[in-house]
Amino acid sequence: MSSKNLILRRIREALGDNPAQPEIPRDYRRAAEAPVDLDLLVERLEDYKAVVHRTSDISDAISRIVGDGQVVAPPGVPVEWLPRGSKTDNGLTAAEIAESDGVVTAAAVAIVETGTIVLDASPDQGRRILSLLPDLHICVLRPDQVVASVPEAVARLTPGRPLTWISGPSATSDIELNRVEGVHGPRNLHIVLVEEAA
Amino acid sequence: MSTHAPKGVGHLRGDEPFPAAAKVALANPQLRRNLQHATTTIRGKSGRVIAELPDWQELRSAGSALKAYTMANLPRLLEQLEEKVTAAGGVVHWAADATEANRIVTDLVRRTGEQRVIKVKSMATQEIGLNEALEEAGITPVETDLAELIVQLGHDKPSHILVPAIHRNRSEIREIFLREMPGVDPDLTDNPPDLAGAARRYLRETFLSTRVAVSGANFGVAETGTLAVVESEGNGRMCLTLPDTLITVMGIEKVVPAWADLEVFLQLLPRASTGERMNPYTSMWTGVTPGDGPQNFHLVLLDNGRTAVLADEVGRQALHCIRCSACLNVCPVYERTGGHAYGSVYPGPIGAVLSPQLTGVEDNSSLPYASSLCGACFDACPVKIDIPSILVHLRNQAPHPRSEKAAMAAAAYAMDRPRVYERAQKAARIAKLLGKRGRGLPPPLNGWAASRDLPEPPAETFRDWWRGR
Ligand code: SF4
Repeated sequence: MSSKNLILRRIREALGDNPAQPEIPRDYRRAAEAPVDLDLLVERLEDYKAVVHRTSDISDAISRIVGDGQVVAPPGVPVEWLPRGSKTDNGLTAAEIAESDGVVTAAAVAIVETGTIVLDASPDQGRRILSLLPDLHICVLRPDQVVASVPEAVARLTPGRPLTWISGPSATSDIELNRVEGVHGPRNLHIVLVEEAA
Repeated sequence: MSTHAPKGVGHLRGDEPFPAAAKVALANPQLRRNLQHATTTIRGKSGRVIAELPDWQELRSAGSALKAYTMANLPRLLEQLEEKVTAAGGVVHWAADATEANRIVTDLVRRTGEQRVIKVKSMATQEIGLNEALEEAGITPVETDLAELIVQLGHDKPSHILVPAIHRNRSEIREIFLREMPGVDPDLTDNPPDLAGAARRYLRETFLSTRVAVSGANFGVAETGTLAVVESEGNGRMCLTLPDTLITVMGIEKVVPAWADLEVFLQLLPRASTGERMNPYTSMWTGVTPGDGPQNFHLVLLDNGRTAVLADEVGRQALHCIRCSACLNVCPVYERTGGHAYGSVYPGPIGAVLSPQLTGVEDNSSLPYASSLCGACFDACPVKIDIPSILVHLRNQAPHPRSEKAAMAAAAYAMDRPRVYERAQKAARIAKLLGKRGRGLPPPLNGWAASRDLPEPPAETFRDWWRGR
């Protein structure tokens, strides 16, 4: 007998008592109750050590953050956002990505309640490696991408895509259970929150 | 053929019974200070972020019902998961026990021709002793979690589900790094950000040059074939993104029916475990994505005693566990003995009910007694596993004089402090309310519950009591 059949047979035998099929109570908060609170989003992002820039001038905000560093960006990020000398990811090597001073991406969804941004590898967010290796991640967020809660975010996302949920810079709680920023992922997370519809 | 986890492989059985192992830990005041500090910190953090959610109890009920639903429909959900993962370009393997899982993973790594794998912390691979199996095959497993790295470099054993090096404080970690980490800065301080920075530098090159990764999974969605890993440091993202081949070992109980169900667990898990509104990183992937991440994906579905747990009508809820470790952090026994005393990769209250069921009670017969039945674990559990009831149920299967001694010891820990004692009194009250009146409770708890008024806490502290024995 294959191990698959063996395991499935063991499970069916184990469930021989026909356990009840419970109803799932869905009376937790699922739908949006109020307009999203962008101020609270900023507070929650900052609480987990992300730096937030509220602006209507995306390229200005990015160039201030980057200074004279050099950034990479996925092909779908508008070139006018990017400082001169930026590299577009048309197949950069891991070493080239790791060497750059930062990465600029857009986002798919952001969650107020948890201070989370989610990337879904769309053309303006790029391959997962791109937002992983550089030490600085600049993420441009539009207000219409912001939802209040986790259930709303799950409903908006497409499960087949590679998804990365990011809540603050890389951190660990492994030393005496205190959150310490800065292990393997980007140690600096900047969110450019666009004030007017871009 | 027994459906329990086989002997001689993996880490579910200790070398000695709980009371003997606990005695070692109890004699180490530094260990107890580290543990007390850490668990106090985490309880405070967790309590604060849980209080922010007005619907925490509703989420717990949904999580609990979802897990019960999953267990009742396990064959269908596992086959659906297999179908979806396969359709998305992954390969699914079924492992009846630890030996088979180790063989599958080792063969897969061998076929790549690689000599080294990077690993992201996974309880399942620790349970089956995968690192030892890989080493025997000449393959070097590199643990990439900071805590696992501390454990690996310290030639030590993990002592907590979430924070395996919880028993080490910052100055001990610094000493381990200075002694064991090649190329470490000799001026390294014990400042936690500096310690984290040292791990970052040490592992960077390994991440970039290793072509096979092994992970566990927190959730596997049957409806979509999506796997999820919840983490903090970014080492998980490295392992799940950079290599050519990814091998994920997942217990069969980790399947989740539908995509939308993640909305429940992604709220419960981080708040209950690290006490964060959300952990820094969660990665989700579905099979293989051309041009992004590993192009070879293998999912190993692991039984290793889980079906034996499922067969027990009372005990099966232990399979609902999402490994948040909240029950460890509130447990008065764990706080005193630490994780090593439990002898298994699953310590604390969940370990006391899960390990004996995975191995068969006869192999872990003292663990069901490693508790004062105070009920704090039940209150803390985000999926409402009734650990005290399972403990009582298992005690009835393992009546055992040596174990009773452990029970005495466990109860005595609770008497050590008034706060803990209060919790025990509460448990005794609950038992009375349930009409159990001490039936099924071990001595001396049955005595308390049988009398109308609970006795005053004893004048003798636990340590005096222990020495006096
Ligand atoms: S039993 Fe509950 S509290 Fe304990 S680790 Fe599992 S989910 Fe968390």
